[in-house]
Amino acid sequence: MQVIKISHSKNTDFMAQVERESGQNLSLCYQCGNCTAGCPYTFVYDIPVSKIMRLLQTGQKDAVLSCHSIWLCATCESCTTRCPNDIDVARIMDVLRHMARREGRVAERTVKVFWDEFLNSVRKHGRAFELGIVASYVGKTGRFWTDMELGPKALLKGKLAFKPHDIKGKQEVAKIFERFKEEYGG
Amino acid sequence: MNLAPKYAYYPGCSGQSTSSEYEVSTRAVCRALGLELAEIPDWSCCGSTPAHTVDHVLSAALAARNLVLAKEAGFDTVVTPCPSCLTNLKTAVHRMEDPDFMDKVNKLLDRPFHGGVQVKSVLQVIFEDIGPARLKAMVKKPLSGLRLAPYYGCIMNRPPDVMQFDDPENPISIDKLMEALGAEVAPFPLKVECCGASFGVARKDVVTQLSGKLLQMAETVEAQAFVTACPLCQMNLDLRQGQVNMAAKTKHNLPVFYYTQLIGVALGLAETDLGLDKLIVSPRGILARIGQKQPAAANQ
Repeated sequence: MQVIKISHSKNTDFMAQVERESGQNLSLCYQCGNCTAGCPYTFVYDIPVSKIMRLLQTGQKDAVLSCHSIWLCATCESCTTRCPNDIDVARIMDVLRHMARREGRVAERTVKVFWDEFLNSVRKHGRAFELGIVASYVGKTGRFWTDMELGPKALLKGKLAFKPHDIKGKQEVAKIFERFKEEYGG
Repeated sequence: MNLAPKYAYYPGCSGQSTSSEYEVSTRAVCRALGLELAEIPDWSCCGSTPAHTVDHVLSAALAARNLVLAKEAGFDTVVTPCPSCLTNLKTAVHRMEDPDFMDKVNKLLDRPFHGGVQVKSVLQVIFEDIGPARLKAMVKKPLSGLRLAPYYGCIMNRPPDVMQFDDPENPISIDKLMEALGAEVAPFPLKVECCGASFGVARKDVVTQLSGKLLQMAETVEAQAFVTACPLCQMNLDLRQGQVNMAAKTKHNLPVFYYTQLIGVALGLAETDLGLDKLIVSPRGILARIGQKQPAAANQ
């Protein structure tokens, strides 16, 4: 069992920041465990979601932002839907990913690269271009065998577009990303 | 009955490629039901999951550009077939009820959003505007003999205060529509359990495990096919069914229909309008058995 000395590592600024960015009151969690019981991803989490809530209550910034779980949460909304105290737990998990990104901490690189390449595609074309996303994902990760067997299946069914659907307003979409970067440095 | 379009239609990116059969069948079924849709001119991607994992203002801005376009085209309701688009568009509207948040979003947009637009799924519109009873009266080819596992996916109905449609734990809209078509609906306890979502590329092991559980349960309740409303769920269960079988050493062979395809079959629409040939696990066998008499023993 991992032991954390909370007196050494309690970060109250971090606690306040999570509360502000998520709009949630962390002290409402009384550790019933309902979120963890319903979470389909506990089997791949290094820290179950109820324990993340407890670590947040004790201001354990490093433990929380460097964990794998925050990158493997799919926002399936089980935790949020089932929390007896109406805490939007999925929103907190999202906010923890935002913070980890800003601090350059990434425990699941392949997941982040996939999401980034998706958004790059949207920034470039205005819409997501699936074949292009997978191609740049493979280029960035070097995982050349990723889903190799699915390509021919999908192509034979005419389910993969070969060319992106660039929209007329793609500059407007690109500007959303540019302004976001200017405002928030993202 | 040919009304002016009432709904602005947001197709979503996957409809252009991996879920093209959902896109064509949605349009065909809405046309047949007299639901006129007007595609949002020059719509852009809602940002899907990747955007909200980066920032909530960015995510809402990517969604809101489309809401602004719909409003400018004269619509106050946007409908979309895809639950991921739905949740992004609805969450954007919900969060922009806070004026401070709306200001932040508008700073990122060329043309600002000022509210006055609501978002619904195509499923909600078919269920509420048409309804199972009217649908039943339009059926030309009842889906008798077909036993289905209704799979809603995780976010069509959750969280309930944002999605505001059907039950968040035990939704019934697809069940009721399929029963109206004459199909038998198996009690499926994993209706809203996650399929592995968009982790297929980066963490295939997660998807094969979670979708494997769904396939196993569908067989346990003796369903002959899945019926779903989500492009990502459909892809994980259908295109990745071979990967699940490989990982779990199983031999699942379950077709995974979109609910619109089955409505189309029952309404007697042309096959080319329903994209049935796009399904990876062939539905031919079970479609051929629809409406056939049950074995003699069952008829006595």
